[in-house]
Amino acid sequence: MPEDQPKPTPLLDELETGPWPSFVTEIKRAAENNPASADLLGLLERSYQDRKGHWKHGGIVGVRGYGSGVIGRYNDIPDEFPNVAQFHTLRVNHPSGWFYTSDALRTLADIWERHGSGLTNLHGATGDIILLGARTDQLEATFQDLTAAGFDLGGSGSAMRTPSCCVGQARCEWACFDTMKFCNNLTQAYQDEMHRPPFPYKFKVKASGCPNDCVAAIARADLSIIGIWKDDIRQDDAAVAEYAAAGLDIARDVCARCPGQCMEWTGAHLTIDNRDCKRCMHCINVMPKALRPGVERGAAILIGAKAPIVQGALLSSVLVPFVPEAEIEATVRELLARIWEFWDEYGKNRERIGELIQRVGMAAFLDGIGLEPRPEMVAFPRDNPFVFFQKEDTK
Amino acid sequence: MTRITDIGPPHYEKFLHPLIKRNYGHWLYHETLAPGVLCHVAESGERIYTVRAGSPRLLSVSTIRRFADLADQYSGGYLRFTSRHNIEFLLDNPANIEPLKRALNEAGFPVGGTNNSISNVVHTQGWIHCHSAATDASGIVKALMDRLHPHFTREDLPAKLRVAVACCVNMCGAVHCSDIAILGIHRKPPQIRHDTLRKACEIPTLIASCPTGAIRPAVVDGKRTVDVIEEQCMYCSNCFTVCAAMQMNDPENDGLSIWVGGKVSNARSEPKFSKLAIPFLPNNPPRWPEVVSAVANIVDVYARHARRFERLGEWTERVGWPRFFELTGIPFTRYHIDDFRYAGLSYARSTHMRLRP
Repeated sequence: MPEDQPKPTPLLDELETGPWPSFVTEIKRAAENNPASADLLGLLERSYQDRKGHWKHGGIVGVRGYGSGVIGRYNDIPDEFPNVAQFHTLRVNHPSGWFYTSDALRTLADIWERHGSGLTNLHGATGDIILLGARTDQLEATFQDLTAAGFDLGGSGSAMRTPSCCVGQARCEWACFDTMKFCNNLTQAYQDEMHRPPFPYKFKVKASGCPNDCVAAIARADLSIIGIWKDDIRQDDAAVAEYAAAGLDIARDVCARCPGQCMEWTGAHLTIDNRDCKRCMHCINVMPKALRPGVERGAAILIGAKAPIVQGALLSSVLVPFVPEAEIEATVRELLARIWEFWDEYGKNRERIGELIQRVGMAAFLDGIGLEPRPEMVAFPRDNPFVFFQKEDTK
Repeated sequence: MTRITDIGPPHYEKFLHPLIKRNYGHWLYHETLAPGVLCHVAESGERIYTVRAGSPRLLSVSTIRRFADLADQYSGGYLRFTSRHNIEFLLDNPANIEPLKRALNEAGFPVGGTNNSISNVVHTQGWIHCHSAATDASGIVKALMDRLHPHFTREDLPAKLRVAVACCVNMCGAVHCSDIAILGIHRKPPQIRHDTLRKACEIPTLIASCPTGAIRPAVVDGKRTVDVIEEQCMYCSNCFTVCAAMQMNDPENDGLSIWVGGKVSNARSEPKFSKLAIPFLPNNPPRWPEVVSAVANIVDVYARHARRFERLGEWTERVGWPRFFELTGIPFTRYHIDDFRYAGLSYARSTHMRLRP
C-alpha cells in the first residue's frame, strides 16, 4: 500500500460545498480506507485541471464463461495513479423495480468493500447496480461472492442487455400489466443471451406499465413494452367533483389538454367519449382519485428505439398495438425469436434493429417476421408515389 | 465448490414490503402529501407512504449502509431506487414521515423530485470512469442542482421538467428525449499518434471499429498506419475504444451543447426528441458557470411563460421556436439547422409564422 499523503484536490473540494449531495464527498468517504478510491480522486482532479478524461478501454476482461457484465478500464498515467491502473466496472443485475431490503444492500456493500473501490452507481443507465472499479485479479472473486449471495452479472456488449421495468403493480395504480414479473421472467429466460453476446449489436428490452413510460422504454429500448388499456376509463363522479371543489380548473387543465378532444366538463359533470381517447394518461395523471385506466388491460409492443450512434436517434414505433395482459410474455418471447432470426440474417455488424428496419423498410421487416401490416403502425400512410409492387400482385 | 452461474437477479418478491405484497396489483389511487412524499391507497384501504430523496447516484458503501440504517429505523428495512437515481423509503406508519425527512435532510439528501418539479438528473459517468467522455457528468449535475435545487424540493414549475446529462454522443440514458439535455461533445476527429499506433493497435480491427467507415489504411513515413476521412467522422470515440493511439480528448475543442423540448411520456403530446438550443459552451470545471447559467435561464423563461401542465417542448410548439430564441436571448445560428439524414423534415414548410411589426 502506498505511503503517499493524499494529493490536494482544490478543484474537486469546491464541489463539496452547496446544497446538493456531493459525489466528491462520496469518493472521499470511500477513499478513507481504499487506496483505489484515493487514486480515483487524484486522477479526477487531474481531469478537472487538464479538462480531459484519462481513461482508456484497452482489452477484454471478464469472469470465466461470461462474455459480458464487466467493462474493462485502465488509466493513461498509471505511474502516477497505480491504484487505478486497472479499474474495471461490474454490471450487477438489479432486482426488478429496484426494490431492496436493508440487508440486501449491506450484503452488496460488504462484497464490494472486500473486492473493489467501495464506490457504486445506484443505478447505471442500463438499470444495473454498477460496481465501479476493481482490479483484474478481483473480478472472479467478486463474481463468486455475488452469486453466492444470489446476485448475478447483467449484460454488456453485443448482448441482450439487462431488462428493466417501472415499479408497476407493486406501487402504482396505473400499471396495466405486471411489469416486474414480466421483467424478471424475461431476464431469467435469456441468461445465455445476456452473458454470452450472440448479436450484431446490443438489444434492450424495457417495460413500462402505462403510457407515462417511467423507464423511457420508447426512447431507448429496442423492444419497448408499454402498458395500455382497451376499454373505457373508469370514472368516479364524486371524486371528480372533489377535484373541482378543491380548485382544479377541469375545463382548462384537463379537457383542453386532451389530445383526443374527447372530454367535456359542464361545470357539474365530466363526460368522456372513450372512442376518441388516445390513452395519453393526462387526465388520469391530473385526477388519479377520479379517473383510472380501464379493466381490459394489456400492452402495446413497439420496436427500434436507440440513441444517436450510428445513423441517428430513433424512437420506437408500433409493432403490435395491443396484447392482452395474459398473453404479453408469450407474445414477446415469440416475437424476440423471430426478430433475432431476421436480425441475425440481415443485420450488419453494429446495426441496431431500428436501423436495420430503416434500411430494409418496415414492410420487408414485417414480411420477415410474419406480421400483418396495420394502420396503427404508421403516423400516416405513405405520401410518396414510388410504390414497389410485389411480383405476385401484378400479372 | 460448484461455481454458480446464470442465476439471474434475486427475485424481487424477497425485497417487497409486506404491505406491498398484500396489495400488489390492487392499488386504487395516490395523493401527494408534500413534495417528495406520496401516499398510495389500496383497494383494501391500506396505505403505503413513499419518501423520495435525491442522491448523487455515485454512492460509497458507507452511504449505502447509512441508507440501510435509515430504512431499518423508519421503513422496516424496505426501500427502492427510481429510474432517475432517487432513493425511496416505503413506510407503513405515517408518523415516521417527518422524522425520516428530517434525518434525510440532516444527512444532506434533499426530499422532493415528485410531480411538477425538476427530479434528479439522469447522467452518465463522465471523467470518473468513461474513456469517450468529452466532459464530466457528475460535476455538472452537482453545480447545476446546487443552483436549481429549489425546483427539486418544491413543485413550483408548470409541469415536470426532466434534465439529463450525457458526456458524449453515445448518450447512455435517454438524454435525447429530455426537457433539457446537456451533452458533452467532441468537435474534432481523432488525433492519430502514428508511432504508438504501429506498436499498440491492430489496423484491421481499428478500421472495422468505425461505424461510418471514416478510417482507412494509409502509409506514413513508409510505415503502415491509418488516416481519417474527416468529414465522415462524428466523434463517437469507437476507434479510441480499440486503439488508444486515436486521441479524441481535446481540452480546447471539447465542450457542451444544450438541447431542449424532448419528452418520453405520452401524456398530452407524443414523445419527442430534444432540439438544439445552444451548439457549444466551454468545458469549465469545477462549476461550469456558462452551462449552469444557460440552463437556469431556460428554466426561468419556461417557468414564467408556459401554461399549467405544459412541458417545455409543448410550450415551444405552442409559441413557436422564434419566440423561444427571442425570450431566452439565445442566438440562432447555422448549427441549429439540421444537415444530417432527413434534415428537410425539420424545415418550416408553411407560411404559418407569428410575425410582429
